[in-house]
Amino acid sequence: MSDLLKVPTMEEYMAQGKQPEILFWVGSAGSFDDRAKKITKAFVKILNTANVDFAVLGTEESSTGDIAKRAGNEFLFQMQAVTNIEILNAYEVKKIVTCDPHSFNCLKNEYPELGGQYEVIHHTQFINDLIASGRLKVDGDLYKGKKITFHDPCYLGRANNEYDAPRNVLKETKADIVEMKRHKRTALCCGAGGAQMFKEPEKGDMDVNVLRTEDALETKPNIIATGCPYCNTMMTDGVKAKEKENDVQVLDIAELIANAQGL
Amino acid sequence: MQYLPNIIFAIALILGFGYFAKNVKKLIRNIKLGQDVDVSDNKSERFKNMARIALGQSKMVRRPVSGFLHVIVYVGFIIINIEVLEIIIDGLFGTHRIFSSLGATYGFLIGFFEILAVLVFVSVTIFWIRRNVIKVARFWKSEMTSWPKNDGNFILYFEMVLMTLFLVMNATDVHFQAMNSGNVISQFIAPLFNGLPETTLHFIERGAWWLHILGILVFLNYLYFSKHLHILLAFPNTYYGKIKPKGQFNNLEAVTKEVKMMMDPNADPFAAPEEGADDEEPAKFGASDVQDLNWVQLLSAYTCTECGRCTSACPANLTGKKLSPRKIMMDTRDRLEEVGKNIDANNGEFKDDGKQLLGDYITNEELWACTTCNACVEECPVSIDPLSIILEMRRYLVMEQSAAPTELNNMMTNIENNGAPWPYNQMDRLNWTKE
Ligand code: SF4
Ligand code: SF4
Repeated sequence: MSDLLKVPTMEEYMAQGKQPEILFWVGSAGSFDDRAKKITKAFVKILNTANVDFAVLGTEESSTGDIAKRAGNEFLFQMQAVTNIEILNAYEVKKIVTCDPHSFNCLKNEYPELGGQYEVIHHTQFINDLIASGRLKVDGDLYKGKKITFHDPCYLGRANNEYDAPRNVLKETKADIVEMKRHKRTALCCGAGGAQMFKEPEKGDMDVNVLRTEDALETKPNIIATGCPYCNTMMTDGVKAKEKENDVQVLDIAELIANAQGL
Repeated sequence: MQYLPNIIFAIALILGFGYFAKNVKKLIRNIKLGQDVDVSDNKSERFKNMARIALGQSKMVRRPVSGFLHVIVYVGFIIINIEVLEIIIDGLFGTHRIFSSLGATYGFLIGFFEILAVLVFVSVTIFWIRRNVIKVARFWKSEMTSWPKNDGNFILYFEMVLMTLFLVMNATDVHFQAMNSGNVISQFIAPLFNGLPETTLHFIERGAWWLHILGILVFLNYLYFSKHLHILLAFPNTYYGKIKPKGQFNNLEAVTKEVKMMMDPNADPFAAPEEGADDEEPAKFGASDVQDLNWVQLLSAYTCTECGRCTSACPANLTGKKLSPRKIMMDTRDRLEEVGKNIDANNGEFKDDGKQLLGDYITNEELWACTTCNACVEECPVSIDPLSIILEMRRYLVMEQSAAPTELNNMMTNIENNGAPWPYNQMDRLNWTKE
């Protein structure tokens, strides 16, 4: 399958004197994390199918610095930002799409002041647009009758007020969408944000991802849908902790769409 | 001697308002201890937020029960206080119910106030039951002991007593009852005093009248020491509250300057500092004490109603971690008060007391438990951003003290060296396409 993926780089585009329609910001998780790489590939399949003219930075991409910033290391964040902005501006990038709400938030809200002004779109918004404009059709019945609950990523939802795009896309799978008791602006964090992903949690009586997984399991879903590679890891671990991995799948919206279409 | 009551009344007013003014001045001085921050932008949006969130209580009603009751108390309390205007005029000039000459309008107004007074009394009683009988969890967290706990109840008692006094005052006012207009509620209380001689009734009426106005003056002065200060500060706080997307954290300007210097190939690291720059203190990154926070954050600390909506939505707190965003705000206010008292005691100069917000009030453990999820910010009914304080203190820990947890230091070293939070080579970033 993977040999069919077309993933051109900005460098290649530049060499041909062309500009892609959009830059796909893969992000560190999407590039290196085994689970997240599957999401990246699913999204690329969608881009390829919809004939989206896109490119990646590839080895010229570096961490946005988002995690460093949230950990309190403003220096490291700004160093990363300035380096990335230099490359993005050199390629005259105007539009960016990413599967990571943290990169999305950081590029969209925190880069402009440092000289990086781009239109930044989250992949669930982009897929929603592809469907709305007729460039992408979802007509597979794979998920028909299945129960899906969507976990709002903090950095897409509360942080940037996007609650509808992922839900609109999910509707295309013909699954039954069930909401958790805490959803949209009251959604509970998966526990990964603010650099928590990279450290042991502080002392407490349970892990945040387990509590959030309990929220999700209460809806008796077949699938927990996510829109963030970190949420995906946290919820997958939560489902394992609850010993439900045989009954409940955790899938990114990009994967759901790619699977539904048999891509 | 005839003017004695008027004189006593005037003195009470002057003392009441004078002491209040003194504390307001102190409050403003303390808030100004914070760093400057430019909040002069987007005036119309800010006004709209204030109108919607503070005046319109839009966020309160997201929790329908407490929100609805709060609207009653809020509206009732403000409107009934129109009556205070009459009390002040009567008290100063020795008149009695000066506005009663308005006739039917007066009857209508007082009748309306009486109904509100009952509604306020009932709502406040329900609030008391929620706090003390049902024991709603957010009022029983570890930071809600001693003063904060009592404060919450004192306010409710104050309001019950003030409303009762208002109704008793009306019920025992023989002239007012004789007018039989506007005594919608008090006519049912009046029979309780049946059979008492007119002088006793007059005595009770005067007593209730005096206690009512003195009670209001005491309550006014209680505000400064109480979470009830929010009835005033909610307005500026919602005006100055964050209007950017919640996920957007500020970029530190001092850091931007240094990063620009480091990245600029033409910059001479050994160059003499610019003229006038040498008497500038080197910028401190992040916050270890209240003076390092900006004044809007300090205003927020005084505005906090201790409602705990933030904490009841905080993923860290919900899973038993020490972090409570409400406590972050309460600690900030308590430390700011301590700094203010220190300044008062030392002729207007702050003398180092060997204490600070970080460590003595807020621990590293609390700060590192935050997932930056913005649930607290979303919940707060008066636009407080506890997360911004947590972030400033993390900045201090990391940039001034290199005191991040080891795993985070490793993560940051990886970003520095490989451009990813994991130890993978940047040159391998595209390997996934070949797997
Ligand atoms: S941002 Fe931090 S303090 Fe606020 S609710 Fe989330 S975890 Fe708790
Ligand atoms: S910060 Fe806001 S939500 Fe939290 S206790 Fe204070 S007023 Fe309530």
